[in-house]
Amino acid sequence: MKFSVIVDALPHLLGAAVTTIWISLLGVLLGQVIGVLVCVARQSGNRGLDMAGGVYVSFFRGVPLLIQLLLIYYMLPLIGIDVPPLVAAISALSLASGAYVSEIYRGSLNAVPHGQSEAALALGFSSATIWTRILLPQAFRFSVPALVNELILLLKASSLISVVGVAELTRTSQTISASNFRPLEIYLAAGVIYLAINSALALFGTLVERRLQQG
Amino acid sequence: MAVTDTPTASVQRVAAADDTAPMVTIRGVSKAYGSNEVLRDIDLTVNKSEVVCLIGPSGSGKSTLLRCINFLEVYDRGEIRIEGQLVGYSETTPRRRLSNAELRGLRRNVGMVFQQFNLWPHMTALENVAEALVQVRGLDKIAAAERARLMLARVGLADKADSYPSRLSGGQQQRVAIARVIAMEPHLMLFDEPTSALDPELVGEVLQVMRDLAAEGMTMVVVTHEMGFAANVADRVAFLDRGRIAAFGPPRQVFHESPEPRLTQFLQTYHERNSF
Ligand SMILES: Nc1ncnc2c1ncn2[C@@H]1O[C@H](COP(=O)(O)OP(=O)(O)O)[C@@H](O)[C@H]1O
Ligand SMILES: [Mg+2]
Repeated sequence: MKFSVIVDALPHLLGAAVTTIWISLLGVLLGQVIGVLVCVARQSGNRGLDMAGGVYVSFFRGVPLLIQLLLIYYMLPLIGIDVPPLVAAISALSLASGAYVSEIYRGSLNAVPHGQSEAALALGFSSATIWTRILLPQAFRFSVPALVNELILLLKASSLISVVGVAELTRTSQTISASNFRPLEIYLAAGVIYLAINSALALFGTLVERRLQQG
Repeated sequence: MAVTDTPTASVQRVAAADDTAPMVTIRGVSKAYGSNEVLRDIDLTVNKSEVVCLIGPSGSGKSTLLRCINFLEVYDRGEIRIEGQLVGYSETTPRRRLSNAELRGLRRNVGMVFQQFNLWPHMTALENVAEALVQVRGLDKIAAAERARLMLARVGLADKADSYPSRLSGGQQQRVAIARVIAMEPHLMLFDEPTSALDPELVGEVLQVMRDLAAEGMTMVVVTHEMGFAANVADRVAFLDRGRIAAFGPPRQVFHESPEPRLTQFLQTYHERNSF
C-alpha cells in the first residue's frame, strides 16, 4: 500500500466523483418526473394507461440495469438514433429509476387515506387539483425515505455506466489503475468516496424527513 | 310534514321569493351493494334553514344516504334534487351519470363534515380553510387567507391559524373542518357523525358550533348518535332502519310518540349505553 498513489490520483478521482454525482442526480430527477407520470397513469382508472405503465415497470425492474444500458446503447443506433454514451447512460438510469419511483409513489398513495381526496371532492376540487395539491404532496412525504434510498442505490448502480465509456468514478478508477498498476489503492479510494457520498445522502435524507415530520 | 313543523327561524326571516322551495328533495331513492339493499325507496324533503337529523343503528344506511346527497355515493334508482337541480345524473339524457367535473358546480354549494375530520395534514389550519377558496372559488391568496382567518375566528380558533392538524385536539380539528366548509358559503351542510370520533369532553365544543350554524339559518342534514342534539336542535328527525325511513317527524313525536318497535328498541339501547 502506497498512500502517495492515492494522493496523486485524488484530484482525478474527485473530479470523476462529481460526474457520478451529477449523472445520478439527473437520473433521479428525470426518474421522478417519469415515476410520477407513470404512477398517475396507472392510478388514473384508464385501462390502457395502466397496462402500458405496468409493462414499463415490469421491464425496467425485471431486466438488469447493465442489460438495459447496453440495449439502449446498441439498439437505438440500429433504428437510426445515434446516442452518445452519456445520453444512453442517463436515459438508462432515469428510465430504471422511474420504474422504481413510480412503485414507491404507488405505495405511498395507497397510504393516503381515502377521506383526504373525498374532502377535496366534496368541496368541488377538480381531479387535477386533488392530485397536485392533496395526493402527490402527501405521497411525496411518505416517500422521502424510499426516495433517498433509491438515490443511494442509483448512485451505486451508476458504476455500471463505466462499460459504455462514461468517465465517472468507476471508469476513471479503472483507467488510472491500468496506467499506474496500483488497483488496490485506487479502488480502495474509490470505495471510500462512494461511501462518503452515500453517507452524506443518508444524513441529508434523515434531515429532510425530520423537517417534513414537523409539518 | 305539516305546516306546523316549519322552524321558527325561517318564519321570522323575510320571505324571499323561493324561500319556500325545498333545499333537498329525495324521491324513491334506492341503492344496493350487490344483493345488499342499503337504501330502499327513500323519500325525504329538507326545507331551507331546516335541520334534519338522521338517526338509526349502525349499518342502517345513514352515511350512504347522506353521501348520495352530494353524490360521493351513486344511487341506483329514484332522484335527489338540490335547489331543484338533479344530483349526479344528466337532466337531459336519462341516467347518464355526471363526471366529477360536471359535479363541481353542485358540490361547491354543498359542504360536508366527516367523522374523521379529513383535514389535510400537510397544511396549517389556515391553509386548510383557504385552499378551496383559492382552488375552487378562485380567490387570490391574500383574500383567501383573510377570509380563512375570519372563519377560524368564527369557530373560536383564531389563535390556531398556523398550527398543523397534528397539533390540534380532535375537537379543534373538527372545528377547522367546519370552518373549511362554511368559508365556501354552502347552501346546505351535510354532517356524518361529526362528534363520533371525539373524546367525550370535546363533543360539546363541536355541537356548540353546529348549534350556532343552525341558529343562523344554515340548512343541515346531520347523521348523529347525539340524541340530545337531535332532540333540541333538529326540526325533524328521520329514523333509518335497514335502509328504510321507519319514523319521521319533529323530534318530540319521533322520540316519544312513535309506535315503531325498532325505534323504541334503538332508543332503549341508547339510553342504557349512556346511563351509568
Ligand atoms: N363501499 C361499500 N361496499 C359494500 N357495502 C357497503 C359499502 N359501504 C357501505 N356498505 C354497506 O351498506 C350498509 C349501510 O352502511 P352505512 O350507510 O355506512 O350505514 P350507517 O352509516 O348507518 O352505519 C351496511 O350494511 C354496509 O355494510
Ligand atoms: Mg355511518
